[in-house]
Amino acid sequence: MSAKNKATSEGLVTRTLLILAAVAYIALILLLPLASVFSEAFAHGLAAFKAAIVDPDALAAIKLTLTVAAISVPINMVCGVAAAWAITKHDFRGKDFLISLIDVPFSISPVVAGLMYLLLFGAQGWFGDWLTEHNIQIAFAKPGIVLATLIVTLPFVARELIPLMQAQGREEEEAALTLGAPGWRIFLWVTLPNIRWGLLYGVLLTNARAMGEFGAVSVISGHIRGETDTMPLQVEVLYNEYNFAAAFSVASLLAGLALVTLAVKSFLEWRHSDQLAASGH
Amino acid sequence: MTITVRNIVKGFGNYPALKDVSLDIEDGAFVALLGPSGSGKTTLLRIIAGLETAEGGQILFGGEDVTDRAPQDRGIGFVFQNYALFRHMTVAHNIAFGLDVMKRSQRPEKAAIKARVEELLELVQLPGYGDRYPAQLSGGQRQRVALARALAREPSILLLDEPFGALDAKVRRELRGALREIHDRVGLTSLFVTHDYEEAFALADKVAILGSGRIEQYGTPEAVQKKPANDYVREFLS
Amino acid sequence: MATVSLPLSRTGRGRRKSPLPGLSLTLGITITWLTILLLLPLVALFLKSVTLGPTHFVDAAFSRRAIASYELSFGAALAAAAVNAVFGLLVAWVLVRYRFPGRRLLSALVDLPFALPTAVAGIALTAVYANTGWVGKPASAFGLALAYNPVGVVIALTFIGLPFVVRTVEPVLTDLGKGIEEAAATLGAGRWTIFRRVVLPEILPALITGFALAFARGVGEYGSVIFIAGNMPFKSEIAPLLIVTKLEEYDYAGATAIATVLLLSSLALLLLINAYQGRELRRRSA
Repeated sequence: MSAKNKATSEGLVTRTLLILAAVAYIALILLLPLASVFSEAFAHGLAAFKAAIVDPDALAAIKLTLTVAAISVPINMVCGVAAAWAITKHDFRGKDFLISLIDVPFSISPVVAGLMYLLLFGAQGWFGDWLTEHNIQIAFAKPGIVLATLIVTLPFVARELIPLMQAQGREEEEAALTLGAPGWRIFLWVTLPNIRWGLLYGVLLTNARAMGEFGAVSVISGHIRGETDTMPLQVEVLYNEYNFAAAFSVASLLAGLALVTLAVKSFLEWRHSDQLAASGH
Repeated sequence: MTITVRNIVKGFGNYPALKDVSLDIEDGAFVALLGPSGSGKTTLLRIIAGLETAEGGQILFGGEDVTDRAPQDRGIGFVFQNYALFRHMTVAHNIAFGLDVMKRSQRPEKAAIKARVEELLELVQLPGYGDRYPAQLSGGQRQRVALARALAREPSILLLDEPFGALDAKVRRELRGALREIHDRVGLTSLFVTHDYEEAFALADKVAILGSGRIEQYGTPEAVQKKPANDYVREFLS
Repeated sequence: MATVSLPLSRTGRGRRKSPLPGLSLTLGITITWLTILLLLPLVALFLKSVTLGPTHFVDAAFSRRAIASYELSFGAALAAAAVNAVFGLLVAWVLVRYRFPGRRLLSALVDLPFALPTAVAGIALTAVYANTGWVGKPASAFGLALAYNPVGVVIALTFIGLPFVVRTVEPVLTDLGKGIEEAAATLGAGRWTIFRRVVLPEILPALITGFALAFARGVGEYGSVIFIAGNMPFKSEIAPLLIVTKLEEYDYAGATAIATVLLLSSLALLLLINAYQGRELRRRSA
């Protein structure tokens, strides 16, 4: 703020107090917990931290988390882009319903989401018998974890792209059409470059959630240590065993990922804010 | 290439924008489609381009029925009101786009494309602007790039949607002259939409006045001015 | 007048058909994606609930323990959303109106609850607010227990819901600009009056939306709560935890009943929020 316009700005004292109050609130609710993750992780020194990370169960959990993310993020990215294209570049009946549907996973409790998949693919589920017959494990196994992750991360890319693409309109694509471009070229050469930062941001959020999902995965995974424990589940297991240092060590990896996500997001907002939808998540 | 519009019908919801529109445009003519806002003139232009589908009627190019043909296959050049330049591509890439997306068998050599881009930049009086981005150009310059881009594929028909709408008077007059000159040089059939009748009369060989879903009058500017076909036309020209 | 000749293909009367390609492909992908991941599981849940039969369903969904868990989940979510409404507004105001060192950092931090896994948040919050923690220790000196009870639940849900209010209010505050404040000032209003009577009414819809979103999110939250909650049935047991407990007891029916209650309330909340936002949008663009 340049000029001290008395009419439309608070006095210096008020401003300082408000700023301090806001900072205190953020510190209390966000900063302290974040700091405690790293503080507890390294409470017993670097060696203990390293030992916790290279523990075979921890490594298995890391590997599983990365695998699940590597599968679910691309799927939701592709489908999210497809949904955004259908919704923003076309007109059809039921468009609003489709948009609301995409929002639904946001409001479902993760535990409920996991339960729904148990009811479908669990031993007593709809497909339970068929699956046992064909010797396929979905519930209490990796495929189930992927499915649970898919539903909780479903909306991110679409929700990021839809307002962005709506604001950008269809004219550039129509121009490309009159110049003879086929559909896929229009998307790759005209649309995609205009949405790339918004897409990156959506993918970032999807990935953060995919790697960090707890409730839904907890229900569907069966907690088979070394096999169906993702990193968040492993954190819970270690914590419940009172192995706090190890729990926080694994947790700090996830916290580190969160910080990277936030940093990239900040960068995108700074440099490419025109492409990021200001929608409240 | 002649353009024949036959009995086009198009409504939006309950609003009948175009009731029964017919028009015959000769080869090489420069025709203005005139009418107040909301008269459906842009809709008609977009139907001719294939960007919208009519509910009834036909469009023929050179006698051939193109009513159901996709915009990519109609061989037209279209200049949008807000230019619709590809914001992340350079001016040169914008202009070359129509050539770059051609099927490999039909696509010209890279050098040929480059030469064509240069040629078109000269034509629209923007030599050397190839490496700039649309955001760095003024409104008038963007319009010229849009024009060059539309001409790259050597279309036989040029469609323009309020091409000078967003520009100030001086730039408008400059571009008017440039557009007419290019039309004459290249030998296109051009149809442009405007609500400004002075512009239409200054530029066009013939004007078509659209009102309440129909073509109220179609003739040379002199004919329309001297003998307005009905009260609507008279009102519009006053 | 020539008769209207109808060519071969027609679209519906008055429907704008976009000339852009790819609708069938992208719509097909979208519908398949949503059906497999969302609709099918939802149907499975509802059907399972229905097959319970009304008496069994009501017994399971509204048992005393279940009701206690709803009270906690909804109540704590409400309290947390209210706290966030007040302080989230403060944070949004400070971020939009003031420039100070570290502003960017503060703004980036606000999104932490979106990026941080809930389990990590859960153990971290417990570490800080348990009576051995950085905040819990001084608090217990005053006789305040901030963890292993409903207070802990509220703290966890405050963490989770913080970004909702801030991010919903920020754009509105930014768009507001100084114009109306300056007008009010020339009419003699002081800063607090201007805030109360000019600014607040303008941002109220966004505030309400943010509050509702934070509330909706808080009701179903699991991972960040179960470590700090205490999880005593009837006292500090949230509804999602009750569902998990039932599953561990193989009481699928019970779990499903409670899940259905939660799901229906989430969907109802979602509908309300969307309807409210839609109404506000129409009101503003009218």
